[in-house]
Amino acid sequence: MRKNSLVFLAGIVIVLALGFLMPWLLRNPFYFFAGYVVLQYVTIATGWNILGGYAGYINFGAAGFFGAGVYLSAFLFTTFGLPLPLCILAAAIVGAILGVLMGYLTLRIQGVYFAIATLGLVVVLETIVHNISGLGGASGMAVYGPRPPAWSPGPSQYNFTVMLVIAVVSVALARWVEISWIGRGLRAVRASEDAAECSGVPTLRLKLVACALSGAVLAAAGAPYPFYTSFVEPVTAFSLIIGLNAIAMPLIGGTRTWVGPVIGALLLASVQQIATVTISSELNILFVGAVLIAFVAFAPGGISDLFGRNKGRARS
Amino acid sequence: MKTRRQFHKLMAVTAAGLAAPAILGSKVFAQDKPIRVGASVSLTGPLASTKNGQIGYELWRDDVNAAGGLLGRKVELVIYDDQSSAANVPAIYSKLVDVDACDVLFSPYGANLSAPVMPFIKQRDLFMIGMFGLAGNDVAKHDKFFHSGPWGPNSGRDWARGFFDLAKAQGVKKIAIINADLEFSKNAAKGGAEVAKEYGMEIVFNQSYPPNTSDFSSMIRNINAGDPEAIFIASYPADSTAIIRGVKEIGISDKVKLFGGAMIGPQYGALLGSLGPELNGLVNSHTFVPEPTMQTPAIKSFFDRYTPIAVKQGVDPLGFYIPPFYYVAGQLAAAAITGSKSVDPAKMAAFLHANSVDTIAGKIAFNEIGDWKERRVLMVQLRGIKGNDLEQFRNPGHQVILDPPSLKTGDLAGPYNKARAS
Amino acid sequence: MLSIDILLNAIVTGILLGSVYASLALGLGITFGILHIPNIAHPTLVVAGAFFVYTLAQWGLDPIVAAVIGLVPFYLLGVVLYAFYSAVFERKGGANVLQSLTLFFGLSLVIEILLSLGFGSELKSVSVSYIGSSLKLGVLTVPYRLLIPALLAPVTIAAVWFYLSRTNSGTAIRAVAHEERALSIAGLNPASVKRHAFGIATATAVIAGAALIMVGPIEPFAGRYQIGRVFAIVVLAGMGSIPGSLVIAIIIGIAEALVSSYLNPSWSPGVAFAILLLGLALRPQGLFGAAR
Repeated sequence: MRKNSLVFLAGIVIVLALGFLMPWLLRNPFYFFAGYVVLQYVTIATGWNILGGYAGYINFGAAGFFGAGVYLSAFLFTTFGLPLPLCILAAAIVGAILGVLMGYLTLRIQGVYFAIATLGLVVVLETIVHNISGLGGASGMAVYGPRPPAWSPGPSQYNFTVMLVIAVVSVALARWVEISWIGRGLRAVRASEDAAECSGVPTLRLKLVACALSGAVLAAAGAPYPFYTSFVEPVTAFSLIIGLNAIAMPLIGGTRTWVGPVIGALLLASVQQIATVTISSELNILFVGAVLIAFVAFAPGGISDLFGRNKGRARS
Repeated sequence: MKTRRQFHKLMAVTAAGLAAPAILGSKVFAQDKPIRVGASVSLTGPLASTKNGQIGYELWRDDVNAAGGLLGRKVELVIYDDQSSAANVPAIYSKLVDVDACDVLFSPYGANLSAPVMPFIKQRDLFMIGMFGLAGNDVAKHDKFFHSGPWGPNSGRDWARGFFDLAKAQGVKKIAIINADLEFSKNAAKGGAEVAKEYGMEIVFNQSYPPNTSDFSSMIRNINAGDPEAIFIASYPADSTAIIRGVKEIGISDKVKLFGGAMIGPQYGALLGSLGPELNGLVNSHTFVPEPTMQTPAIKSFFDRYTPIAVKQGVDPLGFYIPPFYYVAGQLAAAAITGSKSVDPAKMAAFLHANSVDTIAGKIAFNEIGDWKERRVLMVQLRGIKGNDLEQFRNPGHQVILDPPSLKTGDLAGPYNKARAS
Repeated sequence: MLSIDILLNAIVTGILLGSVYASLALGLGITFGILHIPNIAHPTLVVAGAFFVYTLAQWGLDPIVAAVIGLVPFYLLGVVLYAFYSAVFERKGGANVLQSLTLFFGLSLVIEILLSLGFGSELKSVSVSYIGSSLKLGVLTVPYRLLIPALLAPVTIAAVWFYLSRTNSGTAIRAVAHEERALSIAGLNPASVKRHAFGIATATAVIAGAALIMVGPIEPFAGRYQIGRVFAIVVLAGMGSIPGSLVIAIIIGIAEALVSSYLNPSWSPGVAFAILLLGLALRPQGLFGAAR
């Protein structure tokens, strides 16, 4: 375990170093625009998987958490001029609170009610945003981001690096949850909630912790978005495609470990980024839908399970 | 081993031979490289009904290329689908500029999709034609941005002023305003309320409703309770239908002189066909109608070619509202390129600021932030519609221009209930 | 005095809209309420039903007649869907909720895209003689556009409820939800009973589709706006309580109508979910369900 952790740490350091260096090596800004989206989805998939994968509680409302993060950070930046790191932190805190609230309302019953309630969260939050004139409502809100610091050559590169840091922190968090007592407890919940409850696992508390962490990561994923598009409006902030990808990516990659969502997101988001500019979006969504059905039906363990079957077996 | 090396040599020679003409060609005929025009169109998603604009782009490209291109270079369109989502816009335009090396950019449709690209073009100092974005450049104030749409200056507030001018002329004192909770209609209602106040009208009812509202009976009753003489409606196609049907079902006061204003939908074939005579009496904004004051051989020829393509693609066969202005966008770009004899953004922009351009939608001159100097949004009254046949809308007399005065083809028929019944 | 008018009319409109919502929720009441299959594709199937009705209405058929014709193909569609579902999951010893939710989620996307490829993304509506006029009863003005679809719901709900409670095969459907093994001991094949039930649930989608397209124009993605409402109805009614769903649907309809009359229409999309969240927090077994 310790050796694994060292390897993981080394990996993080290398990825982060690359993230700070790349903008100076690669001149074409397009890669940072596209890369930002891919990393955003790595974060979203990782956040979703903390609850959806480890505990088996499906969240259709990823877009709700994401949108809450988007609007909170846009609001804090435009009204108080808060620096980006503080906006991200604030978004994470609010996401955690939202997660606990959702969990507290619905998790005492069956998981399917939680799933349905999360569908509603998006609608409720979107309705609220529509009705608050300070957030621009349907007309949206222009956000002219801060000048990038000297260590980054331009705004698109800066956004990319910020998103990379968020993604790395999220993945590290997910890995920590997985190997700590929380992960063990959640796996017990997923296997059989009743059995876990009987053997003294504090299931409700564990689920609430997972809700909070998952919500925090999902909302943090949205925090830099206003600076990426320079503009926020409710329809894209709470877009269904975010909720869809949040589910599809971990399921395609594999939900058991932190690796699955990362693989799924890298793969699917890259395909989508390439597809956006080559094939029609209808075929794009059709493709995601079909791949999703295929994986649920025929490879429920995802890609990481298809390739790392032996490893998975040995661990469980 | 030896054979393999020989094979490699052979390959290298062949490759060089194949590549030589290309290398040579690009050196000698650098001017032959096509001029690339990049655009993002909402081919899918909620705004997909605007995709018929692409036919306008393509017809323009074909016309330009048939006439020998621009500055002796062919024109090439690079179009991506933004899926009606602002989230896709930054990456698409970065691709158009940084990877595809486009010389001219057309914005996505409308203000919400265009907003993400404005800081980008300002920061990189690029040349762009804006597509239908209301007040699209009012914040960024980029000096190389030009609207193809006829919104005119200060459009956030003023674009629908024609409706209020008509109301004022009718002596309207009390007005009701409703709008869908979407960008375009929300801004229309907000601007409308300001203009109404400026004209000293009392706003007796002002409410927004969520998209996909299918029943307006309670709203219409509330409006009736306020007893207005004009009703300004900023709606999207689904709700436009529901509102018009609701009025027919619930009824409306005889005092109402003007009804409509900023409804999206009654410009499109789908709605004109499905509602038909129910639309009689409506006073609504438009960008082009085949009335004698607007009809020219150029625009007639545009629609003669547009219609068969639209029918084949299954998009709006009339296409009065959007497609001509997509063609206009091309004409503006062409004028800027040929006028300045370059594809340099600063020179192109300087040309458009200094000269007015003849297009199929008439002569256009721009102010410093690229608005048309003169607002040319039409207020038309739908009249004499019989049955659901779409062809009748190609004839004059069914979409009578009430405003602006320079294009006027008739007077307001009212009150609304009377105009509706006729 | 005028406000009494508005109040009464708002309540009537709410009842009518609620009744339409009940139609939309009926199929889900069977699949989710009785069979415990979280078919979130149901609203999309309703939209598919609406497009079916639209297609036949183009040839001059009345929407209701078109819906009746659609019952058979939609029943078969439901049977095929269930066959696929069970081939994938049931033989592995039952699906977990996560997998089946995801499967139906993917399915609804595929249906939506196929509809939008087939019909385009423009709004489609039907024109029938009775759309556009209304029934006047004193101060009440009741549009036929709402009245006729609203009458469909009690009729279909009554028919389905009669079938489920008074016929043998209906009883088998309710039994399969409770005790699958007992059913197989009694000589019935649980899989075929469920397939039949799923077929009926999908067949109701075409009726609901007819109601939906009569109320207002639709587009391929219209189902998304209904997901929240239909789940709120099924869950709050108490899983499996079909008549209860009509009551809940009408309560939601009235609440929405009152909010849009007196508060602001822009708050109405949140109403159904606010009711659902409150209901789940206060009375998770539903208003008409037995305590679990």
